[in-house]
Amino acid sequence: MTSITANHTAQDNQPIAGLKAQLRRAERMKKIKAMLLVAPLALFLMIAFVMPISSMLWRSIDNTEVGSVMPKTADAILHWDGQGIPDEAVFEAFANELRESRAGGGLGRIGRRLNYEDPTFRSLLTQTLRGLPATTEVTWTEELIGINARWNETSTWLAVQRTAPTVTDRYLLAALDLERAEQGQIAKVAPNQRLYVEVFKRTLVIAGGVTLICLFLGFPLAYLLATLPTSKSNLLLICVLLPFWTSLLVRTAAWIVLLQSGGLVNSGLMWTGIIDAPIQLVFNRIGVFFAMVHVLLPFMILPLYSVMKSVPSTYQRAAVSLGAHPFAAFWQVYVPQTLSGIAAGTILVFIMALGYYITPALVGGPSDQMVSYYVAYYTNTTNNWGMAAALGALLLIVTLLLYMVYHKLVNQKQLVRS
Amino acid sequence: MSLQPYASPIERIWFWVFRIFCGLILLFLMVPVLVIIPLSFSESSFLTYPIQGFSLRWYEQIFSSGPWMDSLKNSLIVAPLATILAMIFGTLAAVGLNRADFPGKGLILALLISPMVVPLVIVAVGMYFFFANLGLLNSYTGLVIAHAVLGVPFVVITVNATLQNFDYNQIRAGASLGASPLRVFFTVVLPQIIPGVASGGLFAFATSFDEVVVALFIASPTERTLPIQMFSGIRENISPAIAAMATLLILMSVVLLLVMEFLRRRSEKLSTHR
Repeated sequence: MTSITANHTAQDNQPIAGLKAQLRRAERMKKIKAMLLVAPLALFLMIAFVMPISSMLWRSIDNTEVGSVMPKTADAILHWDGQGIPDEAVFEAFANELRESRAGGGLGRIGRRLNYEDPTFRSLLTQTLRGLPATTEVTWTEELIGINARWNETSTWLAVQRTAPTVTDRYLLAALDLERAEQGQIAKVAPNQRLYVEVFKRTLVIAGGVTLICLFLGFPLAYLLATLPTSKSNLLLICVLLPFWTSLLVRTAAWIVLLQSGGLVNSGLMWTGIIDAPIQLVFNRIGVFFAMVHVLLPFMILPLYSVMKSVPSTYQRAAVSLGAHPFAAFWQVYVPQTLSGIAAGTILVFIMALGYYITPALVGGPSDQMVSYYVAYYTNTTNNWGMAAALGALLLIVTLLLYMVYHKLVNQKQLVRS
Repeated sequence: MSLQPYASPIERIWFWVFRIFCGLILLFLMVPVLVIIPLSFSESSFLTYPIQGFSLRWYEQIFSSGPWMDSLKNSLIVAPLATILAMIFGTLAAVGLNRADFPGKGLILALLISPMVVPLVIVAVGMYFFFANLGLLNSYTGLVIAHAVLGVPFVVITVNATLQNFDYNQIRAGASLGASPLRVFFTVVLPQIIPGVASGGLFAFATSFDEVVVALFIASPTERTLPIQMFSGIRENISPAIAAMATLLILMSVVLLLVMEFLRRRSEKLSTHR
């Protein structure tokens, strides 16, 4: 009781300041409570989503294989000026650490890394290891050159030197068909080894083509849905939403069934006489376009529909009554009002199409595979994780840039019709 | 849009061209879903029309086959757990985001939504390496965590949308009547946002039930989920058994669609009552 009375007197003395402080405290508490509610999810995503992706991105510049297995060699060869061959100290450190690398799988790691520099390096290492003398009282320069004359070549040691620093740009450069030439300047790789610029171009062409077709098909349909009476449009909306909710694999399988040489589309075309023999519609670019447009079309229609729903038809009618041609009224009055929906749908579809992997893998041919396929390929098949990470990093950068544009343009709740 | 009685011939032609074009697009959307259903009842082992005979042998085959049933069981373990995790985390976060402004809110919202936009293969490769270090590779736990991550954005978005119409004075009213914050949440807030929570949950469930890429990377044959089974089936030898499973999945999506529509109506009713 006394404390409350004391409190009251204190407040009476400075009523305004006390209230302000209380309000501030209450506001602060509210903020802290709000942050505490968000914290579990933010923490969960930091650990299970952001950290995995960041550690993958690190692999695109990670060059620690040789440095961790052969620390002394790496240290010594970094001081070499790149002329002739390194001095005896480097040879000695290399020979000793090569011998020790047999334990714990170190040899495999440096072999794989050095093989990226020169595909014959792994066998050079194993041959050298077999030839190493048991004694230590030798001149290592002579010994190594005696085992294989390639240790007398500058290029061999330059390759080792390139693997010595902690980070490298070789994977990121390689993902753009570039490499470091002997003198260290950036140059294009030999024309017969160029691959990834083509893959990126192909990815952009497929994603862009799919987006344009989706816009071309989605705009009229969204317009119809938005202008029909609700009872009718709800019925038609089911035709959009049912495929939307249907498993991607089911739809992909259905397209294979439809487009295969004995499928309905080919039989239909032959029956009408347009073609005489079945044409190849699947396991090539056509199949990819059909399946991807089908999967992504609802993502174009739904944002367009929700924007068109809120566009009053009165402006268009006013334009016509003022003498505008109906097409001009549509094009100059109606379409500009739907631009936010067009932007949202286009970016959304394009972002999703960029990362496609499953659909092209199932209905495309070898020349229809997009960047994602190569990321998966390097991770699973060749274990070239630096390359997988570099391609992934470039794909991620493009996606995130577009996502930022999208985030600025679209209110998040438009994304999902609920 | 309807045809006015005074429309000119060109307008009439245009009107019908437009209608037919829209009809063809709707056909394009629906045909793949519909075309696969009859094939699942075919006697022949080829997926071609015209259908020869009626049989349920492909359904018998999937229901008696080890791999199909195991993968279905795995998906029925992983999807609900991932959904529950996504619903709890996502609902709390959405309530927090709407409760007050705090520094970095926009950035945090962008983070919470980002699993939806980052290409799946990048998520998959990242988790593959990261989970390998944590010993979560080839485990149900790892798969549940991964699918929860992918489902969370949907819950955040849908609950966020429901909360736009929520009157926060109700929380104050509840508190002033002596209810604890927890009680206020369960008796005042939750009943009103439940349509949003549930529809977000449905999205999360559907995502997990249809997710191939991440599962391909982080699951071993023991945790093989239904989508992986479908994927390898389509890849190796596409048989009517796939059509049978596809038909069951289409049935499931019809149910999902109906539940979603019910939730939408309910949510609309709740917001017009106010």
